[in-house]
Amino acid sequence: MNKEAYLIEDLSKAEKAPTRDGYGKGLVDLGEKNDRVVVLCADLAESTRSHWFKEKFPNRYIELGVAEQNMATIAAGLANYGKIPFISSYAVFSPGRNNEQIRTTISLNNLPVKIAGAHAGISVGPDGATHQALEDIALMRVQPNMMVIVPCDAIETQKATIAAVNCCSGPVYIRFGRESMLLYNALLAAEELSKEGIEATVINSHTVKPLDITTILNSVKETKAVVTVEEHQTSGGLGSAVSEALSQHFPAPQEFIGVHDRFGESGEPEELIEAFGMGIKDIKNAVKRAIKRKV
Amino acid sequence: MSEYIHDEKVKELEELANKVRQSLIEELVEAKSGHTAGPLGMADIFTALYFHVLNHDPKNPDWPERDRLILSNGHICPIRYAAMAHAGYFPLEELKTLRKFGTRLQGHPERERLPGVETTSGPLGSGLGQAAGIAYGARMDSKKFRVYCAMSDAEHQAGNLWESAMFAGNNKLSNLTGIVDRNNIQINGMTENVMPLEPLKAKYEAFNWHVLEVDGHNIEEFVDAVEEAKAIYEKPTVIIAHTIAGKGIPEIEFDYNWHGKPPKPEEGDKFLKELRTLGGKIKSEHE
Repeated sequence: MNKEAYLIEDLSKAEKAPTRDGYGKGLVDLGEKNDRVVVLCADLAESTRSHWFKEKFPNRYIELGVAEQNMATIAAGLANYGKIPFISSYAVFSPGRNNEQIRTTISLNNLPVKIAGAHAGISVGPDGATHQALEDIALMRVQPNMMVIVPCDAIETQKATIAAVNCCSGPVYIRFGRESMLLYNALLAAEELSKEGIEATVINSHTVKPLDITTILNSVKETKAVVTVEEHQTSGGLGSAVSEALSQHFPAPQEFIGVHDRFGESGEPEELIEAFGMGIKDIKNAVKRAIKRKV
Repeated sequence: MSEYIHDEKVKELEELANKVRQSLIEELVEAKSGHTAGPLGMADIFTALYFHVLNHDPKNPDWPERDRLILSNGHICPIRYAAMAHAGYFPLEELKTLRKFGTRLQGHPERERLPGVETTSGPLGSGLGQAAGIAYGARMDSKKFRVYCAMSDAEHQAGNLWESAMFAGNNKLSNLTGIVDRNNIQINGMTENVMPLEPLKAKYEAFNWHVLEVDGHNIEEFVDAVEEAKAIYEKPTVIIAHTIAGKGIPEIEFDYNWHGKPPKPEEGDKFLKELRTLGGKIKSEHE
């Protein structure tokens, strides 16, 4: 597949494709090339798009029912034997509900289980707080051996799914929202800021662990200030990871866009993003605050 | 009389089990922490597994065709370590490193540290799922090896275990055999007082398992059950092994207070003496 970034000149013409489609496509790509790949699903085949793999490779698709803890342990066993299992569910359930099973049977064993957490973030929308995973990056990022990828859109989700097998021999967490909007919001904010005379670099920090510290440092050394933007609690996610890196290597003022220590609620994705302070205006204001704090 | 094992072999295994118990006591005294009752209760079964049941090669622990023995209740690992050392996986001397800094014999077993351990375990209820995952993968590839999963009785209070039991029953994983150490004790007391498990047999049957019950200290019965499980093609089998926690040392038998503590050195000496002279059944080789 084309490794080049799919960028368009006119941001207003960007199309929104469900990120989960990228996961489904990535699984099928992998299935064709690697017969060790098996896909497990806990009663959310269509919703996670793992049913695309099921249609093509029914013998390598394993249904678990509503049992995420078991899904993690079965996957650990399959990987222990020699398979490369993907476990598919909503992020609140996996890695939420089955966190300890992931820790003991997957991460501690350093087994190549790939965890796909769909419907992450607040933009799940009408389902409300129970289904809006806002702490999953924090849960996964503190586990040794675990890689954490947060792709920004459908194409990157497809790439991340393939990379989870081809670029990593251990466990990987791939987190994707139902509609990924924040990178797009950041790009639009940067465009508007540019018109006001403020030039901002937008970094798509798709891999939270290991964090691309070099790229971030090179940029912050130039701008001397940083804003992190994520659909996650501001503690424990990308913002924290960036802050940890900067405080050690190049302390700089940082503003955190994200959810500030509260649960989500029902609503349409766009209105929730606004209501929780992650809109374009919020990002612009955060940039201005960060600039003001520059020494 | 068993069709599957000679009386002489049974006697040989019983004597070996006694030696494994002695190593266990030495191991625990040296470690100064760890579990005593559960490991003693499973000494006969682990000896039977490592010296008769399992198709394995201690010198080649990663042999792909080996039978897999998954230990779900990781806290009884000292008995697995003792049996493995006697089987030749590592020197007996290494048992003295149990629970010490830098050891391969972690307080709860870790796959990445000790070849032959198969899985990392300790947190209860998760072994059966891993065993079922291995069994499922092996069947996908038409592998002939068998998967055994040793579990405690009390871990059947954990929901994850029943999710796995449902999965194995639904998928007819006949290459999987569960072994339940039914010793009736757990940290807070007797299982039937803490959170009752009975009727355990009926529960497994309802999850589409073949269920056998044996005296966990009767090696012949246990071996017969293992062989019967191999002949069941439509279901996984679970062997509910009725055991006595602390078996072999009268002071420890049936006493749940011995669940999570090791013998003190003077107790250890006394227990070793008892094991070496067990009712005159076995002649002492050491004194």
